[in-house]
Amino acid sequence: MFDDRSPIYQQIADGIKNDIVSGVLGEEEQVMSTNQYAAFYRINPATAAKGFQLLTDEGILYKKRGIGMFVSPQAKGMLLEQRRERFFEEVVDKMAAEAKVIGIPVMDIVKRLEQLNGGEEQ
Amino acid sequence: MTITIEVSRLGLLYDKSAKALDDVTFRMEGGKIYGLLGRNGSGKTSLLSILASFQQQTSGEVRIDGEAPYENERIVNQVCFIQENGYLSESFKVRDVIKLASDCWPNWDADYADRLLNQFELPAKKQIMALSRGMKSALGVTIGLASRAPITIFDEAYLGMDAPSRYYFYEELLKDYMEHPRTIILSTHLIEEVSDLFEEVLILDKGKLVLQEEADKLRSRGSAIIGPADAVDQFAEGLTILSEQKLGGTKSITVFGELGAEREKRATADGLTIGPVSLQDLFVHLTRKGIGSDERKHG
Repeated sequence: MFDDRSPIYQQIADGIKNDIVSGVLGEEEQVMSTNQYAAFYRINPATAAKGFQLLTDEGILYKKRGIGMFVSPQAKGMLLEQRRERFFEEVVDKMAAEAKVIGIPVMDIVKRLEQLNGGEEQ
Repeated sequence: MTITIEVSRLGLLYDKSAKALDDVTFRMEGGKIYGLLGRNGSGKTSLLSILASFQQQTSGEVRIDGEAPYENERIVNQVCFIQENGYLSESFKVRDVIKLASDCWPNWDADYADRLLNQFELPAKKQIMALSRGMKSALGVTIGLASRAPITIFDEAYLGMDAPSRYYFYEELLKDYMEHPRTIILSTHLIEEVSDLFEEVLILDKGKLVLQEEADKLRSRGSAIIGPADAVDQFAEGLTILSEQKLGGTKSITVFGELGAEREKRATADGLTIGPVSLQDLFVHLTRKGIGSDERKHG
């Protein structure tokens, strides 16, 4: 299940972030408990709790005492902004570097993007 | 209620020259799942049997809930030690063993024991000697779980079980641990299967404690680097190299220690690939012959 380079708790946190960005988890919605996560992925609950801690530190989740963890009202906005900031560095720059190595001209990439976006753009 | 284990400068001699345990010091906070890893003959079972008061150390101290456990009635029934072949008598029936266990452990949950026996399809009337290896293991696991002892130790206890039974055990262990937090110590060779259950890991080698660390942290400290040999060598400067392999101009190494964001960035720029190292691989590299023990010791 977890064979990515990042630690398991990081992957749990990333999974929750993805759910928030894609809308699977709504703002103010309750998140499954660390124990449910632990049982589901068969991992130590302390590991799952670390993932949750990461998200509370970032303000993505907040705790309602005695009830559980909830998605912050500003979570989606924050995450979208972070991803937009990282988009060029992590996606575009990498693609450009790969294109250069294998000899794809920039214009071809632009053309492709225009094709993909054609419907919406015009 | 959870119980702390403190071990200080523990030593155990087989005879005058052979040390089963050599100056072992650690502390186990109560309520966590620990993985105790070591090669055959590294001293795991010696250590665990001292914790369980099955034998006494030659030197050093053990404190369980603040007291020495050996021949200490208050502590003895707080520790449940399950070994692969730990039965008093092969002529006992399954239900005799269960009855005995229920008298031993104050927190014994009879309903839970029944459920587990059922799940493992263990016939109550069968004699221990008539059980297969896998069934004996399942009986041990049943006793360990149903004991609900504040310190429960499984010493290779589930090796004889087939994969579906082992997976059932892992799930049950995790579930019951979350409902009834207690200290669980798992000593195992099947590291890959259980490593995600560990909160902390202790590695023993030749009777010495190599390290004690949070499982997540330990995992994050191992990296596999692969790329052009020169670049790999340059990258590895100042890092502890656990293993290296060469294939033509390509080199692959396993390193131990934080890389840091700066180094990781440089690696990508230099055309190196950084990959994870599993706990099992780290364990293999850390306990392989010929690696200096001083280099490896970190807090």
